Amino acid sequence: MLEFQKPTVQVANWISYVYIRKTKYFQFMSETLPKNNIFKVIGASSLGTLIEWYDFYIFGSLAVIIGHQLFPEDAGASALINTLAIFAAGFIVRPFGALVFGRLGDLIGRKYTFLLTLVLMGGSTFFIGLIPSYKTIGYAAPILVLVLRLIQGLALGGEYGGAATYVAEHAPENRRGFFTSWIQTTATLGLFLSLGVIVITKNILGADTFGDWGWRIPFLLSIVLVVVSVYIRMKMHESPLFSKLKAEGNISKNPLKESFNNKANFKMVLLALFGATMGQGVIWYTGQFYAQSFLENTCKLDFNDSRYILLWGIAFATPFFVVFGAWSDKVGRKWIMLCGMLLGIIFYRPIYQTFLDDTDPTKMDMSAATFKLPKIKHELIAGTPDSLHTSITQVMLTNGTSFSKVQVDTVSASRGVLPAKEVIRDKILSKPVFWKFVGLIFFQILLVTMVYGPIAAFLVELFPTKIRYTSMSLPYHIGNGVFGGLVPFIATLIASFAGSTPLSGLWYPIGIATLSLIIGTIYLSNKKDEHIND
Amino acid sequence: MNILKKFLGLVWMVLGPVAMTFLFLQAVDKVGLTHTDIERTNTMLQWAIILFIFLPISLGLMIFGFYAWKGEYDKLPDSSEEI
Repeated sequence: MLEFQKPTVQVANWISYVYIRKTKYFQFMSETLPKNNIFKVIGASSLGTLIEWYDFYIFGSLAVIIGHQLFPEDAGASALINTLAIFAAGFIVRPFGALVFGRLGDLIGRKYTFLLTLVLMGGSTFFIGLIPSYKTIGYAAPILVLVLRLIQGLALGGEYGGAATYVAEHAPENRRGFFTSWIQTTATLGLFLSLGVIVITKNILGADTFGDWGWRIPFLLSIVLVVVSVYIRMKMHESPLFSKLKAEGNISKNPLKESFNNKANFKMVLLALFGATMGQGVIWYTGQFYAQSFLENTCKLDFNDSRYILLWGIAFATPFFVVFGAWSDKVGRKWIMLCGMLLGIIFYRPIYQTFLDDTDPTKMDMSAATFKLPKIKHELIAGTPDSLHTSITQVMLTNGTSFSKVQVDTVSASRGVLPAKEVIRDKILSKPVFWKFVGLIFFQILLVTMVYGPIAAFLVELFPTKIRYTSMSLPYHIGNGVFGGLVPFIATLIASFAGSTPLSGLWYPIGIATLSLIIGTIYLSNKKDEHIND
Repeated sequence: MNILKKFLGLVWMVLGPVAMTFLFLQAVDKVGLTHTDIERTNTMLQWAIILFIFLPISLGLMIFGFYAWKGEYDKLPDSSEEI
């Protein structure tokens, strides 16, 4: 006859502890949240977060046009670098937003904090759409935009941690990766929406009108989206775990102190930053932002073509956020994220080299090219007797590729014609190359889904409820906002150094991702903390 | 693995100041290259921002290295409750 061995007292205590804890948790969740309501929670949280990302990314997607509006006409490349610097400023203040609003979220609750961030974000985006250009108010224009951009950054710093925490605290413990991955789709979908609105507005208004004032429409449209989202969020309830903590009088009195003055917690903040979010940030912004900037500014692709490529890539890859989020519930978060970083390190240079090679006119078969008659334009340079002589020749190849050869010569009254170097721009790709580029962008965004899909669940599980908003927001926004957000700016800056190649800028994301991969591999644990109601 | 974690802690402690020194030297070099009479091409502000932002982060990397050296990451908490 089989005889069961009597468990020891410790084992029996442990079993009863786990049983009671699990039972209480499920009782608590079922009391506070009807089963199908999790999708309402996700829907309402995701919509607001998506709109915040949309607001945040319109600026970057319009960097070239905004640069022309905010800086003097003769500023040239420095206008783009300065505009990217303003764009980057929004990222740099995100950790400060994480501290300010994270603290608020741990003190007064998740719901009202991310309502506030939504209003701040929407308001500042709307006002960017109203700022007069450099021609009208001089350097006040970039300064005002910088201030509004800083408010945007602060707001976003408070938003994401709140939304991720809110959803995670509603989600069943064995499917936290799956449910929080919906929040993870919002950043990419926000970018998708911003690109879509920009392309549609430009196509309706025409390139000239869009460059003149039409670029303001995507900013102004934000206010409508925010009103809808605020209305929906007003109807949401507070997070059940936070409400429970508040009812028990256990909320943190000083979240900042408890997060960063407590060594046990602070060491996890550092580990989350260097072992995960830092690498995740550079992979995210290389695959989605730098890629588009590279296609438009380095490869000189047509404005719409570069955005269509990204739109298709995003559309195909976005479902994988949920796939990898759900998969991380089964196999753990660590290796999926680190695998995404490793693939980025290996493949970035070959991918970007392909972008360069396939758009290089010197490597194209020009034997049967058709040259249209050049369009000639003369413009007087204000305040001088000199003028600019612009010649634009459109070249069309038999495979469907086309581009413009642009030459702007200065006709000086005293020194005659001063010829400038011919520039090739507005490249439109042949169909096979276009889809090849979509595939390469898709692959990069697939890596984004690997590093980003599971990371909300990973961060939420790392920290206790009463300081979760603050503790997870800071490493996320330093990693994603500072390391990631600075990718277009730093990579463009590196590529502008003397002796650099167009691929030199990639050393920044590759280096950061390598460091994060090493730290993550050695120090991170793949274990999931299923109980987050502590 | 714990020995590797510990000794890599030394690398992170050194890497923090090395990265900052490298950035500082790069900033001096690149800002020095620009023509001071053309204000708009001067990248001093951009470099100042980069240094300002990465200074506390490199300090964080040093602290991370110090914790690793002290064995703080030898056993990670199984649950956030242990924090």
